[in-house]
Amino acid sequence: MPDDRMNSYRTGPDGRGRFGDFGGRFVSETLMPLILDLEAEYERAKTDDSFWAEMDFLWKHYVGRPSPLYFAERLTERLGGAKVYMKRDELNHTGAHKINNVLGQIILARRMGKTRIIAETGAGQHGVATATVCAKFGLKCVVYMGAHDVERQAPNVFRMRLLGAEVIPVTSGRGTLKDAMNDALRDWVTNVRDTFYCIGTVAGPHPYPAMVRDFQSIIGTEAKAQMQEAEGRLPDTIIAAIGGGSNAMGLFYPFLDDPEVRIIGVEAGGKGVNEKMEHCASLTGGRPGVLHGNRTYLLQDDDGQILEGFSISAGLDYPGIGPEHAWLHDIGRAEYVAITDREALGAFTLCCETEGIIPALEPCHALAHVMKIAPELPADHIICMNMCGRGDKDIFTVAKHLGVEMSV
Amino acid sequence: MTRIDDTFARLRAEKRKAFVAYVMAGDPNYETSKQIVLGLPSAGVDVIELGLPFTDPMADGPTIQLAGARALAGGQTLEKTLDIARALRATGDQTPIVLMGYYNPIYSRGVDRFLSEAKEAGIDGLIVVDLPPEEDEELCLPAQEAGLNFIRLATPTTDDRRLPKVLTNTTGFVYYVSITGITGAAAAEASQVAPEVARIKKATDLPVIVGFGIRTPETAQAIAEVADGAVVGTAIVGKIAEGRPVNEVLDYVRTLADGAHRG
Repeated sequence: MPDDRMNSYRTGPDGRGRFGDFGGRFVSETLMPLILDLEAEYERAKTDDSFWAEMDFLWKHYVGRPSPLYFAERLTERLGGAKVYMKRDELNHTGAHKINNVLGQIILARRMGKTRIIAETGAGQHGVATATVCAKFGLKCVVYMGAHDVERQAPNVFRMRLLGAEVIPVTSGRGTLKDAMNDALRDWVTNVRDTFYCIGTVAGPHPYPAMVRDFQSIIGTEAKAQMQEAEGRLPDTIIAAIGGGSNAMGLFYPFLDDPEVRIIGVEAGGKGVNEKMEHCASLTGGRPGVLHGNRTYLLQDDDGQILEGFSISAGLDYPGIGPEHAWLHDIGRAEYVAITDREALGAFTLCCETEGIIPALEPCHALAHVMKIAPELPADHIICMNMCGRGDKDIFTVAKHLGVEMSV
Repeated sequence: MTRIDDTFARLRAEKRKAFVAYVMAGDPNYETSKQIVLGLPSAGVDVIELGLPFTDPMADGPTIQLAGARALAGGQTLEKTLDIARALRATGDQTPIVLMGYYNPIYSRGVDRFLSEAKEAGIDGLIVVDLPPEEDEELCLPAQEAGLNFIRLATPTTDDRRLPKVLTNTTGFVYYVSITGITGAAAAEASQVAPEVARIKKATDLPVIVGFGIRTPETAQAIAEVADGAVVGTAIVGKIAEGRPVNEVLDYVRTLADGAHRG
């Protein structure tokens, strides 16, 4: 599939931090020197064996990697078509893929002599992972979280505080993930000397999209080897949910140059991708723009003002998407589809009942798409979906949607 | 030569410092905002910075964030922001207008279309916070080609190694950001700003104007004494937020302008 000119889909970004026309470094001058410092340090670390030795050690002994590749037998039977495997990143310490990336960034921060870590969080999973690793290394941790999310993700707020992090509810804008990211950037621009901004997804100014992808690629690298072991070949289709897109990029990246592997990203369709914008499907329902340091697909109005997304899942509730996904979408190497809240809830229930796994609402979007396509595919077709988070944090939301009263 | 270049040449000949005032276009509503802008030149403002509202102003503090939100809630658009510039030009006034904001509304409009419309509306320069020199091809170079100044921010983190890069392709004037932080946060200190301005002036012949953290006539004077001029934004926007009538806002602007002009 890679053409002669390019030979590989894995060479991006270019020297300007671009994936095709997407990505870049759209930040204020105050932050520019910090971003260049980070890029230089990351370039050094990337080829430093001691950096990866520390990562590998902690991935194994602290996070619990490798995460299993699990054949979902009863789900496969129920769907009656393709063979469904799950990459079990919900079994990581802290319950999601987020910690894969946080470890890398915190080790970098320590190499750079930074003592204060800031992060934005939506559902709270990235905030919890950051607070966790900061506690482990004795670093000060400040997490910005939209006031609306603080309310709907109370258990994660409590977790972060238990771990010693300061959680700052963000009331600017409309108090969601996008606004939390704005306030984190405002903090960074104010505290440039001692502070490291630990971004939770494959977005933001270069080098974040590439760096976070590299740290999350452990997911795809393991899955590839594990699939070889289990089936003696690569999967036919890989599927992951997308908010900013870090778990998906982590699964996809090692497979980009395997043309026989079909790659599908699943966006949050909310109440449906319609002109009322009650969704978070940036690729399906947005257009290119510039926000938070990068050019990518954004939900925006005709005048270039950013719109709020809508999703049952706080972790997918972001009006943009990582720039590498925007590029993969435009060149057609990956497909992107949208799944509604209702469909995601259906997947939640089915996963609990057939596999004894309570999934987070984010991977339920990926699973819902598996439910759509698996029955139409032959029994020798192998699907690998990324079970990127566990659902403990979501049981209150799900109970509410199922009409169940719960008191805490 | 733009109106900005003409203004600074005149100020230099008169040995006067510049007073630059920032207001958010459309705040608190289109009509009031227009009346304020029309009154700025006679309140002593040498250069008008007209804020282009954006939903996600990452470099701005709460006061300017809220001003942008009020403007957008009132239906302010890029087109109506250009209308305010057109209204000032219709009176024959030649005070330079710098549009200040973020890239996405401009990108969304289309760079070429935006530049020709801005030029036609009487805009003289652009300050686009999220376009560092690394992204000059996006807007900076096309803007210069269209005859608009592209004014860059230099900050305390812009060290000597980086300064030449920041100054290349900067025209009109250099905007020195006196603090690391967002608009309206810490107070600017003339004693800290002076050596920084001197450092920048050694590297460029452009006027160096200082902004962020200037909220009183006294600070405006102290800063103007060590630079080519001072910018006040948040303090003026704060007065507008209090719901003061136009003449009261303009009286307040005059006290700040007088301060800067004493410098």
